[in-house]
Amino acid sequence: MAGAAAGAVMAHSRLSRAQLAIQPVEPLIQKLTNGARVREGRVTVEIPRLADNGHAVPLKVTVQSPMNAREFVKTIHIVSERNPRPLVAAFHLNPHSGRAEIVTRVRLNGSQRVYAIAGLSDGSYWSGSAEVEVTETACLDAT
Amino acid sequence: MALARIQVPKEAKRGELVTVRVAIQHPMETGFRYDHMGRPIPKNVINTLVCRYNGEEVFRAEMGSGISANPYLQFYVLAADSGELAFEWVDDAGERGSERVALTVVV
Repeated sequence: MAGAAAGAVMAHSRLSRAQLAIQPVEPLIQKLTNGARVREGRVTVEIPRLADNGHAVPLKVTVQSPMNAREFVKTIHIVSERNPRPLVAAFHLNPHSGRAEIVTRVRLNGSQRVYAIAGLSDGSYWSGSAEVEVTETACLDAT
Repeated sequence: MALARIQVPKEAKRGELVTVRVAIQHPMETGFRYDHMGRPIPKNVINTLVCRYNGEEVFRAEMGSGISANPYLQFYVLAADSGELAFEWVDDAGERGSERVALTVVV
């Protein structure tokens, strides 16, 4: 049965993207931060552990920050390790945001770890991630 | 352009966190799909959305094909003065959309 499924995928060469392997995210993250050190912590990524449809997976990113004029979150980048375009989105915040929290829905090309990188006003970078199991990838849709 | 639904409370106290929810009708074409003739459908996503509060930028989203069709965004704004939240967005085809929502700040 696995063979039949693989055959079906092979029959549509344009769907081969669905099998895209997990790519290392570090080079992209280094580019986003201009080579600055990224520490783990302060960033929480909330995503369902199991998503049965990769077309619209709810995603919530929260960054611990007082969000006042002295200390606030400037950017939040969402990075996927399996999407054909790993940079999913970039959000720009400022002290008027009041709270560093974003909710959106993302497309995911298969099971993977999703990363969020927060750039703070003091120049430091923090990251968080969450693992998600996707049973139907966003890229298998040929409609 | 596209239909947009924006939810913001009508009233907020000064200093209160206001939840902003935006949903815009848009296919967010990835550029990886083909039409029924086998021709590639060009990538067309809402690449930028900006929210201004009384003229001052409070939130900006730069999105790619990794954001789902009919993009949904929820974020926060700190209530300061009565006025309006203005939303503007543009897609890869250069089509623009905008929406305004009034916000009354009570003391």
